[in-house]
Order: sequence, then structure tokens, then C-alpha cells
Amino acid sequence: MTPRTLLALGTTLCLLGCSAKPDISAPTGISPQQMADALHAVMESDRAIYTKKVVNRLQNEENVIKASEHWKDEQALPLPAQMFRMGAEMVAEKDAGFTYSLLSPWPVNKQNKPKTPLESEGVGKVVESGGNFYGEETLGEQAYFTAIYPDKAVAPACVTCHNEHKDSPRTDFNIGDVMGAVVIRIPVGS
Amino acid sequence: MTTVGLIGFGVVSFRGDQRTALLPGETTHGHYQIELSCESCHTAPFTGTDEMQDACVGCHGDELAAAEDSHPKSKFTDPRNASRVAKLDARYCVTCHAEHRPEATAAMGLSLPDDYCYQCHLDVAEERPTHKGLGFETCADAGCHNFHDNRALYEDFLVAHSGETPNHPVATTLIREWVADAEPPPEVSAEPPAGWVGSAHHLSEIACSDCHRASNPADAGWVGTVSPDKCGDCHEAEVAQFGRGRHGMRWAADLAPMTPGEARLTMRSESADRELDCNTCHTSHRYDTESAAVGACLGCHEDEHSLAYAASPHADLWRGEVSGSLPPGSGVSCATCHLPRVASGEHIRVQHNQNANLRPNEKMIRSVCVSCHGVGFSIDALADPALVLRNFDAAPGVRVESITMATGRLSERERIE
Repeated sequence: MTPRTLLALGTTLCLLGCSAKPDISAPTGISPQQMADALHAVMESDRAIYTKKVVNRLQNEENVIKASEHWKDEQALPLPAQMFRMGAEMVAEKDAGFTYSLLSPWPVNKQNKPKTPLESEGVGKVVESGGNFYGEETLGEQAYFTAIYPDKAVAPACVTCHNEHKDSPRTDFNIGDVMGAVVIRIPVGS
Repeated sequence: MTTVGLIGFGVVSFRGDQRTALLPGETTHGHYQIELSCESCHTAPFTGTDEMQDACVGCHGDELAAAEDSHPKSKFTDPRNASRVAKLDARYCVTCHAEHRPEATAAMGLSLPDDYCYQCHLDVAEERPTHKGLGFETCADAGCHNFHDNRALYEDFLVAHSGETPNHPVATTLIREWVADAEPPPEVSAEPPAGWVGSAHHLSEIACSDCHRASNPADAGWVGTVSPDKCGDCHEAEVAQFGRGRHGMRWAADLAPMTPGEARLTMRSESADRELDCNTCHTSHRYDTESAAVGACLGCHEDEHSLAYAASPHADLWRGEVSGSLPPGSGVSCATCHLPRVASGEHIRVQHNQNANLRPNEKMIRSVCVSCHGVGFSIDALADPALVLRNFDAAPGVRVESITMATGRLSERERIE
């Protein structure tokens, strides 16, 4: 290939590259599942760290301060599940393009039981298998990509609190058990 | 849309009383004072639901956050509650609090049938057998549940305060500490206005010019009447709270200040034209908080509850504190309940929105009643409308079962275990 030919080819490619518009119909960027997995990685890490390094350490190991459901009244630490839910509510207020929640077949507050058909199926499967679950559902005329992840007991504080809570429907949890599930929803389509 | 458009047109084209003709219906007790400030709610012509919601939250958002709202909007924007939102769109205040519809509006500005809880809590009796057979129209009965503020009504709080006696052995409210800590008053060289010597301003070395100098240099140097804006230069939180209550909401909406003559409560005719600002209750120069705590209130308010105060046990205690026969903090003035002292960090401040702990009146339990009374007694007293009108002159004639239900459920669970 002569230098003249190379120059012509290079010029053509450059013009094509510079003038070509991206094909918006082709999939680009990250998929809903990648986004959900990434979000969950942050949530799971923050949740585990707060549970182990703050609540379990200060309450169960060093007896510095207790964690309480009524943390404000009792000047105590919020429970890990409350911390998680407060974050979810703040994200919801920001209309950030996704929502998330913490559900369980054995919730202290029964409003946090699986409710939609996909939640029931997915939470059941992650509790049984310990793996993730992905699906799509339509709620209120909006389609969602819904990702469901197992939520495991990572510290003694998780297990003792749920096993001893007066409203807990299950009282035989052990560390490592899947106690519930994190559900992330991302709206898809129009 | 046509109505909203007309309102928008009216906001632009009409001023002051001319707007009265545009009101689509009588406004609620909470909003009638500012009904001619259409733009307070209809922030723009053709205001949509979201913009209207922003206006609601702009005035009431802080109060809801402080109340730890049991049903925040974020609960209902969660897609998993879409089926519930389809039945009752609780994302928006106006779903339950429609304005300009007096024929459909009940207490607390509620414009829905009062059994709305069933939409989401139909199965409540499964978990709480004590609730079996109770009508959903009774959920929000006094002393049971509120949609927003349940800080004094949640189950564990009731259990924790079960068994309390009606009156605590030591019954006192918070004491403001700043007057006692004040330095000796500075010497006064000029002739001061009556009442100023010895006042909190004198003790704090606040000079005449600090209040009477015009804020805008372009204005004349001296301002005779001190506005709440000026007071707010130092008392920012108090003035902001004043603007959220019935006394200051017209001022806060840039309308002419409220006068007792415009009130829906019964007021003294001789006070009808008195414009309400900080000095109305605090009296210029003297700033006598003792007078502001009772005398200022009864100088205007002439409803049954207010008139009954003088003969109440609370008033006896107040007279005892004022005379010095009872210790500071043991008296109960109008302000004790309606402008309560609140611990804020290291300081004790006075809540200057006198409506902040009313409607529903259970809001008063934690901020006021529990200083002196047991929770059960307080719930019963506030649930007795006749007793409220008589200004708590006797024991409650109403018994609310909420504490019994809460402790009974706990006992039943312990028995099973």
C-alpha cells in the first residue's frame, strides 16, 4: 500500500469517524443488570460495614452504646435495617432513577413481606439458593428491571436482634443464614 | 384545569380583596388567613399537582420531618406500592387535604371519608386481635393513631409509659437559663423608654439603635415601629416559627398582619383591630415574658377554653409560681402548653409557632404533658373534648384503651413463649 493510498484511507476513516453519528438503537453503556449489581455491591458493603464495625463492635463487643429500634428516643444507634431503609427513603426523595428496599419472608414489620408476584418468587428463590434473581415486572403501568439479592446475617447483632424481637415471626436465625432480600428496581422502556 | 387557569389569571390580574371573587370555595381553618395570597399554593398559573405539592412541603415539610412522618411520600413512590397508590394516591397532600371544599372537609382538614386506613391495613386484626371488629373510621380517634405523627402513640412508647400515675411527684417544665446567667446590667446614661431598664434587652446590652435603625441605608435612619423582620436579625428561629403559626402566617405571606377581628375563634371585640407582630405579645421595650405567657393571650382570646383558664388547677400553679410560693417551672401558663420550651442542644428555646403541637392535640403529649403527667392520663385528657373546653378542670371522663391494648399484646406474647 502506497503512502498516497494510506493517506486516502486514513482521511476516509477520519471523515467517517468524525461525521458518523452514534447508532442510538444499538445497546450502549451499562445494562440494567450491571447497574443493579453495582448498586448492590455498594449497598451490601456499606450495610456489612455498619453492622460489623459500628453496631456489632459498639453494642455487642465493647458495650459502648446500644442499637435500638427507637434510636432517637433512646439516644442509641439506628439498627442496620433502619439505616438501610433511611438511605432507601432518601434516595426515593431524590428521584434518582432507581429504588430499593429490604424485604423478608419473616419481617419484623409485616409491611416488608414480599408483595408483588415477582417479589414473592424472587425472594423465595434467593432465600432458598443464596444466589441472585433477576426479572421484569410491570407496576402501575411502568415496566421495571427487578434484581433481588440475598441478605445474610453477617454478625451476632443481626441474629440476636431478630431472634429476640417481640414482633419477629422467626426466632431461630444463625449467622450466615439468608434472613431476607434486597430488591433493586430500575424503570425500563417508556 | 379551567379553574386553575382562572386562578392563575386572577393571581396576575387581581390584587388584594378583588381576589375574593375568585375563591372557588371557603378555605380551611389552616389556610383561610392567606386565601388571598393565591400564589402561596398556586405558585404559578396552571399549577400542576407536583408544583402544588412543592408548595405544601414548602410550608409543612419541616413539621412533617420533625414529626417523623409515619407515611412519608417516599413510601408511596416505591413501585411496590403502585397498587395502593392507584386506590389512594398518598404521594400528594391534596389527595387527603383538598382545599376549597368545605362540604367535604372534616377535622384536621381531612377531605376523605375517615375510614381511609382500610385501603392498606385491611388485615390489621390478624396481627392485633384487639383490633378485631373495630371500625376503620375509629383508627384516628383521639389517643389511637395519626396518619403523620405517632411519636406519642407508638406501641413501645405506650408500653414504656404504662403504669404511670396521673401526676409526677416532681412536676416542672424546662427552665430557661439565660436570664439567670446574665451579667449585671450596664449603666444607662440617657432617659430610656418605660420598661426597658431591667429588660432582657437591657441586660444583654441591646441599644435603641440595634432595633430602631433602618435595615436599608436608603431609608430614613430611624424606624419607629420594629417589624418581625428586625427582630429576626437576632431571633431568627423564633420569628421563622412565628411566621408558620396562626399569629404570623399572614405576615409571612406578605399580607397585612393578622388581626383578632379576622379570626375564626371567638376574640375580644376591643382587640379586633390589633395587628399581630412580636410586640403585640411581648410589649415594646419591656419584653415581659410573664405577661406574654398569659396576659397577652387573654387580652385577645375569649373562647370557652381561654375563659375557663383562670379557674383551672393549671392557673393555680401559675399564680403560685408568679408569686414565688411555688418553684420556677411549676406553673402552667397558656404559653407552657401552646408555646412550649424545647431543649435544643445546650439551650432551651421557646417554640413560637403556637399551632405546632395542636391538631391533632396528641402532639402536645411529648412536648408538654409528660413533664408533669403520666402518658395514659395525658392521652385520656386530650381525648376528652369537654374537658379541653373546660381547660382541664377535673379528671378525664374518657378512657382510651391504647395502653391496655399495647401491654395486653405484650403479655399475651410472653404467655405463649
